[in-house]
Amino acid sequence: MGIVDTAARPAIGGGLRLQWEPAQEAHVLLYPEGMVKLNQSAAAILTRCDGMRTVADIVADLERAYSTAGLSPDVCAFIALAVERTWLELRP
Amino acid sequence: MSGQCAMDAERPGPPLWLLLELTYRCPLHCVFCYNPIDFGSVGRELETGEWLRVLEEARVLGSVQLGLSGGEPLVRDDLETIVAAAHRLGFYTNLITSGVGLTEPRLQALKEAGLDHIQLSFQDSTRRMNDFLSSTRSFELKSRVAALIKKYRYPMVLNVVLHRLNIDHVEEILRMAERMGADYVELANTQYYGWAWRNRAQLLPSRAQLRRAQDATARFRERVGPRMRIFFVVPDYFETRPKPCMSGLGRVFLSIAPDGVALPCQSARMLPGLLFPSVREASLRSIWYDSPAFNRYRGEGWMKEPCRSCPERGRDFGGCRCQAYLLTGDAADTDPVCGLSPHHHLVTEAVERAERSAAEAPLAEPMAFRDYRGGTARD
Ligand code: SF4
Ligand code: SF4
Repeated sequence: MGIVDTAARPAIGGGLRLQWEPAQEAHVLLYPEGMVKLNQSAAAILTRCDGMRTVADIVADLERAYSTAGLSPDVCAFIALAVERTWLELRP
Repeated sequence: MSGQCAMDAERPGPPLWLLLELTYRCPLHCVFCYNPIDFGSVGRELETGEWLRVLEEARVLGSVQLGLSGGEPLVRDDLETIVAAAHRLGFYTNLITSGVGLTEPRLQALKEAGLDHIQLSFQDSTRRMNDFLSSTRSFELKSRVAALIKKYRYPMVLNVVLHRLNIDHVEEILRMAERMGADYVELANTQYYGWAWRNRAQLLPSRAQLRRAQDATARFRERVGPRMRIFFVVPDYFETRPKPCMSGLGRVFLSIAPDGVALPCQSARMLPGLLFPSVREASLRSIWYDSPAFNRYRGEGWMKEPCRSCPERGRDFGGCRCQAYLLTGDAADTDPVCGLSPHHHLVTEAVERAERSAAEAPLAEPMAFRDYRGGTARD
C-alpha cells in the first residue's frame, strides 16, 4: 500500500456515492448504513475521481485549480488510503 | 416531565439518519422482535403520499441516510414507489428485510428504483432457527434471496441476532453464511427491548456461551480471512460502560413509526411522560427542533448523578434511556449497564440468573412469540 500508479484511473467504489450536502455544507461519501463528511481537500480529490482521469491528470488539475505545485505526494498518499478503505477503486 | 428542558443544549444538528418503520406487519414471529409489545394496537399506517411527504421534509432538514424497515417492509406494495422517491431526493437507501417476499421481479423493480443497499436479516424465531440450521425450507428461502442479491450486484450483508438459544450455533451460522456467499456478517446480540425484554430470562446467554461464541468467531475469521468480514456485537449486559445509545437521543437519528409517530429511537415510544408528535399533525422541522419530547433528553440538563459530574458524559450520553427506564423505572437514571450506576447490580443479577437457569433447564419458562394478541402464543 501507499504506492499508486499515476496512470491508474480512480473511481468511487461500487455501492458508494459522493454528493454535496447543503445541510452539512460539505461533500459526504455515502456507503451502506454510514457516511463520512469530507474536508475540502478530500472532496477536491474525490470529486475528480471519475474513472476517466488518471492520477496524474488529477494532480495536474488540482495544481492548476489551486495555482500551486508539488501536490503529487499528498494526492497519491490520499488516494492510496482511500483505496485501502475501499472508497476508491483503481481502473487501468 | 414536559416543558422546555435541556435548553442548555446548543441547537441540534440535522437528523442525518432517517429510519422509516413502514409497517409493524411481518410474516415472522421473532422472540426478540424489537417492535413494541402492543404493536397490534398502533394506529393506521401512513399512506404512500404521507410517506413521500415525510421524505421530502426530512431531506430538506438534511437527512441523507435512509433505512427502510418494519416489521417486514416488503409487506408494503408501495415500497418501490417509496424507494424511487427517496432516490430522486438524494437519499442513500438501505433496505432491512427478512427476505420473505423478496422475489426477483420485486428486486429488479427496487434496483431500478435506485435502491442502494440491502441488509438481509436473519431474524427468525427459535423454532425456525432450528429448521434453518437443519437446512430445511427457510434455508432454501434465504439462499435463494442471497443468490438474487448477488445477481443484482449488491454486497451480501447478513445480520444474525444472537441469543441463548442460538449462540452455541455460531460456527454453523458462519458456515452457512459462507455457503450463501456473504460479504459481511453481523452477529448482533439481542438488545433487551420490546419482545426481547419480555423474553429476557430465556434469551440472555451465559458468560461461558458468550466466550465460546467469540472464540468460534475468531477461529472462523482466521480461516476465511478478509473475504468475509465478521462483526461480533457483545450484549451490553456484559459490559461495564454503556453504549452511546443513538449517539445521544435527538442528535442524529430520527425514526418514524408505521402510524407516523416520530421518535428519537425506535424503542423510545415506551418512555413515560413524553408525547411524541405524529407527522400527521406537525411538520418534521417543528418535531425535530421544537417538540418537548425530542428536547427532553438532549444536552446534559436532564442528567442525574453519577452522570451529571462524570467526565464520560459527553462521550456516552449516560447510555440508553430506554434501558434505564426498563431497569430502574426512571428514564433519567444512569444506564444500569454502567458500573458506576447504583443500579448496576440489576444487570449483573440478570446475568447471574441467566447463568443459573441456562444451567438448569434451557427452556424452563414459556416464551412469548411475537404476535398480535400481545404474546399469547407459547412455544
Ligand atoms: S424481528 Fe422478526 S418478527 Fe420482528 S419485525 Fe423483524 S422479522 Fe418480523
Ligand atoms: S456515570 Fe454516566 S456518563 Fe459516566 S460512564 Fe457511567 S453512564 Fe457514562
